Amino acid sequence: MHRTICLIAMAAAALTGAWTPVALGDDISGAGATFPYPIYAKWAEAYKQKTGIGLNYQSIGSGGGIKQIEASTVTFGASDKPLEPADLKQNGLVQWPQIIGGVVPVINIPGIKPGDLVLDGATLASIYLGEISRWNDPAIKKLNPSLNLPKLDIAPVYRSDGSGTNYLFTNYLSQVSPNFSKTIGANTSVQWPVGIGAKGNEGVANQTTQTGGAIGYVEYAYVKQTNMTFARLINRDGKAVAPEAKAFQAAAANADWAHADGYYLILTNQPGATSWPITGASFILVHADSKDAHTAAALKFFDWAYTQGQSLAEGLDYVPIPAPVIKLVEKTWQDSLTVNGKPVWPAK
Amino acid sequence: MSAVTIPYKVQLRREARTERLFRVGATAAALLVLALLAGVLLALVYGGWPALKTFRFGFLTHTIWNPVTEQFGALAALYGTVITSLIAMIMAVPVAFGIAVFLTETCPLWLRTPIGTCIELLAAVPSIVFGIWGLFVLAPVLQHWVQPWLIDVLGDLPLIGKLFRGPPFGIGLLTAGFVLAVMVLPFITSVMREVFLSTPRSLKEAAYGLGATQWEVVWDVVLPNARAGVIGGIMLGLGRALGETMAVTFVVGNAHRISGSLLAPGTTISASIANEFTEAVGTLYTSSLIALGLLLFVLTFIIIAAARLLLLRLEARHGARL
Repeated sequence: MHRTICLIAMAAAALTGAWTPVALGDDISGAGATFPYPIYAKWAEAYKQKTGIGLNYQSIGSGGGIKQIEASTVTFGASDKPLEPADLKQNGLVQWPQIIGGVVPVINIPGIKPGDLVLDGATLASIYLGEISRWNDPAIKKLNPSLNLPKLDIAPVYRSDGSGTNYLFTNYLSQVSPNFSKTIGANTSVQWPVGIGAKGNEGVANQTTQTGGAIGYVEYAYVKQTNMTFARLINRDGKAVAPEAKAFQAAAANADWAHADGYYLILTNQPGATSWPITGASFILVHADSKDAHTAAALKFFDWAYTQGQSLAEGLDYVPIPAPVIKLVEKTWQDSLTVNGKPVWPAK
Repeated sequence: MSAVTIPYKVQLRREARTERLFRVGATAAALLVLALLAGVLLALVYGGWPALKTFRFGFLTHTIWNPVTEQFGALAALYGTVITSLIAMIMAVPVAFGIAVFLTETCPLWLRTPIGTCIELLAAVPSIVFGIWGLFVLAPVLQHWVQPWLIDVLGDLPLIGKLFRGPPFGIGLLTAGFVLAVMVLPFITSVMREVFLSTPRSLKEAAYGLGATQWEVVWDVVLPNARAGVIGGIMLGLGRALGETMAVTFVVGNAHRISGSLLAPGTTISASIANEFTEAVGTLYTSSLIALGLLLFVLTFIIIAAARLLLLRLEARHGARL
């Protein structure tokens, strides 16, 4: 019997051993959001070549990233949805925006080319609520008097997997439509009353291109790289804008970061004539007083990413954080970040 | 004479020790399975407890799955799981039966090994590949050719018409069932083939000698003899269909709704967990997803238990007749 227990214990040790993350010397470890994973990976590769310091980023989802930083198993967590200031305080965390992206509605209507169709927030919300079910609905016609819209059923397609994309999209629709806010609300997953759920950007894109009359929403980079038929949106200032890098940056620049406690700011529906209305930042989370000696190295990496990593970000169709915001963030590092009680920024 | 002779008692002791070690080792291996299973069950109950406590029995009877208001009910996922697996079984079992009969009875000997290997290879394809194939290849075909036909021809029939209504999205419960059918086919087929092969030659030869046709031999001799194995194979396939995650997630449509139509999007338990667990924040949400896992565990257990009971009753009846 003694031996039995011994064997079971050994097996258990072997099993749990496989789960313990392996710390690789000087490497920085992070976990979280999947949306910024491609750019974090790209930055990590370039940074490793330059400095020899690697970054081990596990794209396990924002929820997982928040849990891992709370448990201090990683140096930083990453989330597509900012934590509320109260949550930050409660868990002793500091967050800042690291990279910007956006969500773009894509459509499949015979004869309509990219950018032809214009929608506003209220109409988009009505489509996803099932209130508008045909493309030749008066509400859509009114926004597009010159287009010849067919009498075709609208097939709404949504992201089925919990994602930052869902959060931004539903957050925007909740802001512009009281009815959407009341019946559906904003979250990384919501209960959609109509339509079909597809997994990931690739799933939504595929379902939209396959189904006549479909409308979906995907990340900007995905639209750009696959040349999908996007719709323009009317922003808060009443101007129709196309999804372009400068429209996302305008939204980020026009946002009031200086007065946002803990950078708790969602970039949807921001003011400005050129702002794209469904813009969002992806956030980094660290402990305000970290026990992790890698924190200083992580800050150096993020500083390098802000200043030297911009062209890499643009190459992957992400949008860099505007310079004034970087200044604010680095001030936050200086003022509110310590490792074992000692300030770590500016780095030596 | 010069060979070293191990004293008799030492040798006996050594053998006894080896024997004991072997027995303990084997027992430990078996106990490990039990311990793991108990561990999984405990972890699921513990993790799902907040949700079970909050929603009680309503967790099983509500179709609302709303992460925003934190209202969770598992009925839609449960429905989708059962329906997709049923569709898979209805499609896969007859085909698997056909393949197994062909391979064991009518196939020329030189062709048996290649076909058998091909079917086993099908089991080695990763489920993500089936998912992508389902989404990019199968779904468009179903959407443009099969589903419009189903809606036209079957949609207006009484009773079953309801199952074939609504717009042809390409993905949905039917597509998920179809992909699952392809995935479970090799499992059911290989088990069936093995048990068909185990039919005593003398029995078959006797039947042929009495003038039975090939069909009669299969139906009246091979099948009754292989009943337990056939049911076992079907259950193996069903177990896999119930738990399959990745491929289903791609093609099921992922909507927490029960719409009555097989063409409509739905969801399954494992697809919901795969879709939502990574980004789920908050105790109630995560624990509801874990409770879904518990539900799948219980569902699978019930089905396996039911299969055992069925087998026992069959055996009893068979025995009584003898």
